[in-house]
Amino acid sequence: MASQGKNHPDHSRGTEHPSGKYKRKLALSDQALLRVEKPARYIGGEINAVMKDPDEVDVRFAMCFPDVYEIGMSHLGIQILYDMFNRREDVWCERVYSPWLDMDRLLREEKIPLFTLESQAPVKEMDFLGITIQYEMCYTNILQILDLSGIPLFSSERGEESPIVIGGGPCAYNPEPIAEFFDLFYIGEGETVYYDLIDLYQKTQAAGEGRQAFLEQAAEIPGIYVPAFYEVEYHEDGTLKAMRPNNPHAPEKVVKQLVVDMKETFYPEKPLVPYLKATQDRVVLEIQRGCIRGCRFCQAGMVYRPVRERDLEELKQYAVKLLENTGHDEISLSSLSSSDYTHLKELVSFLIEKFGEKDVNISLPSLRIDAFSLDVMSRVQDVKKSSLTFAPEAGSQRMRNVINKGLTEEEILSGAAEAFRGGWNKVKLYFMLGLPTEAEEDIEGIAALANRVAGVYYEVVPKEARQGRVQVNSSTSFFIPKPFTPLQWASMFTKEEYLDKARKVNDAMKRQLNHKSLRYNWHEADVSVLEGVLARGDRRVSRVILEAYRLGCLYDSWSECFDNDKWMAAFEAAGLEIDFYNLRERSLEELLPWDFIDTGVTKEFLKREWKRAMEGVVTPNCRVSCQGCGVRKFGGGVCFEDQD
Amino acid sequence: MKIRIKFKKTGSMKFIGHLDVMRYFQKVNRRAGVDIAYSGGFSPHQLMSFASPLGLGLTSEGEYLDMELLSSESSENMIERMNAVMAEGMEIISFLKLPEHTKTAMSVVVAADYLLTPEKALWEDWKETAEHFFAQKVIWVRKKTKKSEKEVDIRPLVYRWHFDGQSLFLTLASGSADNLKPELLLEAFFQYAGKVYEPCSFSIHRLELYAREEESGRLIPLSDFGEKIL
Repeated sequence: MASQGKNHPDHSRGTEHPSGKYKRKLALSDQALLRVEKPARYIGGEINAVMKDPDEVDVRFAMCFPDVYEIGMSHLGIQILYDMFNRREDVWCERVYSPWLDMDRLLREEKIPLFTLESQAPVKEMDFLGITIQYEMCYTNILQILDLSGIPLFSSERGEESPIVIGGGPCAYNPEPIAEFFDLFYIGEGETVYYDLIDLYQKTQAAGEGRQAFLEQAAEIPGIYVPAFYEVEYHEDGTLKAMRPNNPHAPEKVVKQLVVDMKETFYPEKPLVPYLKATQDRVVLEIQRGCIRGCRFCQAGMVYRPVRERDLEELKQYAVKLLENTGHDEISLSSLSSSDYTHLKELVSFLIEKFGEKDVNISLPSLRIDAFSLDVMSRVQDVKKSSLTFAPEAGSQRMRNVINKGLTEEEILSGAAEAFRGGWNKVKLYFMLGLPTEAEEDIEGIAALANRVAGVYYEVVPKEARQGRVQVNSSTSFFIPKPFTPLQWASMFTKEEYLDKARKVNDAMKRQLNHKSLRYNWHEADVSVLEGVLARGDRRVSRVILEAYRLGCLYDSWSECFDNDKWMAAFEAAGLEIDFYNLRERSLEELLPWDFIDTGVTKEFLKREWKRAMEGVVTPNCRVSCQGCGVRKFGGGVCFEDQD
Repeated sequence: MKIRIKFKKTGSMKFIGHLDVMRYFQKVNRRAGVDIAYSGGFSPHQLMSFASPLGLGLTSEGEYLDMELLSSESSENMIERMNAVMAEGMEIISFLKLPEHTKTAMSVVVAADYLLTPEKALWEDWKETAEHFFAQKVIWVRKKTKKSEKEVDIRPLVYRWHFDGQSLFLTLASGSADNLKPELLLEAFFQYAGKVYEPCSFSIHRLELYAREEESGRLIPLSDFGEKIL
């Protein structure tokens, strides 16, 4: 199925403007557009936007990122799917993003239904509304999209005239808290069965079959989860008792979809270029999927297994085309751990050689700091202005062993020494607080490590060569256990406990010898508590989300919008306890709300890793030795590297 | 070499603000392979400057952008290359080489032509009201700046005016010394007529930008400074 990618003609080329008579009209008057802060968010018409004649397509698909335009436009996944859908002549994929608060107000006041950017037609007139769900704190924004579109919030209330509402993205790995708002979820990578889903829709439409018939047949496509076809039962203590299909078309287990061979897939050669400055205002080159490292807190590192690399020669060609077709002046390599890409050196040398002279910036996030990466960075950025980032994630070696973060203190210190010798004098350190088994010394270890990093500067850089004081900025987030990770059973903490931990780090920073070089900041504790509930919640949590939305919660990932009191009121009204979801160490035997999904990584493997975590034993990465996590069954990627 | 391009900004592009138009042109230059000069340093930028920012919501067929190029093909080819990668609503209409030492468009612009067209028909004798309005010796308006509000006489800033069907043609002071926004004039006109000016009740279209010839004092379009590359 994935092989359709290469064979399908590229209809997106040269079809930005349809040849026919179709001319769109903006959904909003000039007056309305000039009343809002950034009207460019709502007019579409960007470079490489795809325009088609609505009369000449069969299927209309609205692709939504439920956050503000500048964030949504920065997301690579949408660009990939947008390109993939629009390669089909019979489909028109358009975009929609969350209207900002001013536009939200305006649409409600003027009773204007939410519209897509390309055709400016109401979202409710589309055949599909696909929503990518990248983080839990966007859940109220999903309700806003449905509400402003005039689509009933609950799947059960939707009739034949409503679009089919699809969810996808990382949060779909525990869809239960938002299950009732969606008609179906697509579990896994979008490139594999979306064409099948569209074909099925066309078939059922042609046969005059309705929504129910479509959903039933869709449930038989691998990777498709139709929440309405499952029944959930709870024990008296509130834990899950059973979840089983109540429709013969629905499978017991929904298997994650993934692209097995990255050579057989889509890559948008003409990505959209916004007028507004997007958060990610650059070409993004995805070099690989998955991660070999196996950090036990990392959901992406588990659910995107196995690691699959893109072909070096293909990437070189893409880099050239993408820069040409967008006019961006920066290219960024994207992956969970770029240093593990086998051909990184060749790729980076190519980019520097080809574009270094052309004033194109090359940005290399998620690189391990070593001699190679420092050399590369010194060639592509201003050493004096930039800062180096380390992610030790925990303050002590014991704690890092628990989370399987294979970075040792020695590596951090020698990386820092090398960097300081190379001229850098700003370092960022990322940590987590609230990890399982965390003790005082792990917490204070954060400050101690920051102090030692600062100390290295004074050791290796002679007085006369110093450019002022070294700056070591540490920041901590609170650990949130995520589904399908070895730490998915872990207990969280209360807001007060979190703040207490942060205070301890802060106090410890002040006691350090190099305290004048140390800066520390921590994330909001109340947001983390909430994210914890949404990440591991069950179907009942949807009541809280709905209630919070009704109370006015929106853009919860924006600190200026987040209103914890309203969320607390929503829990109260829905009759649910935060503690039940966050403060309970789940037993390994407990049925978890997301257990019906098969990501390829087995629960046995996760249990094994949880036990090793409790013992503080490190597990080697996929390339060193296979741990038999289960994803070998997909038949590709790193699991088969040696067999080549 | 110094190049001056003239372009149109119409349709939904009127909602793209000035800073975004700048970024837009940087990308156009890259897509079209325009051989533009860069400033030095670790964050180099393209050497370009706009004559006069156009307000949000206004359309124009007389926008100017000066660029420093290292090499160039013929004007015709360059226009074609750039227009091939333009968004709908943006169009290059001329590409001219400026003599060395020509002052930047931004520093010489003094006036702009506008065509103001009411979205809905105005009151019956509005033309008569306009005649009286412009016949005034002084037109005092309250001009708001960031710090204060002051009374300004805008009559001297209206250089030319006449009717164009149901539209109003205006040449207004524009630039760093004296500047009159067409919206401010409309407000004053409506107030004079005893009516309330609703924002967006006119479509405002800029037609041309001018510099002043030193000896004659004549207004000359910014495009008169350069020559076509053949």
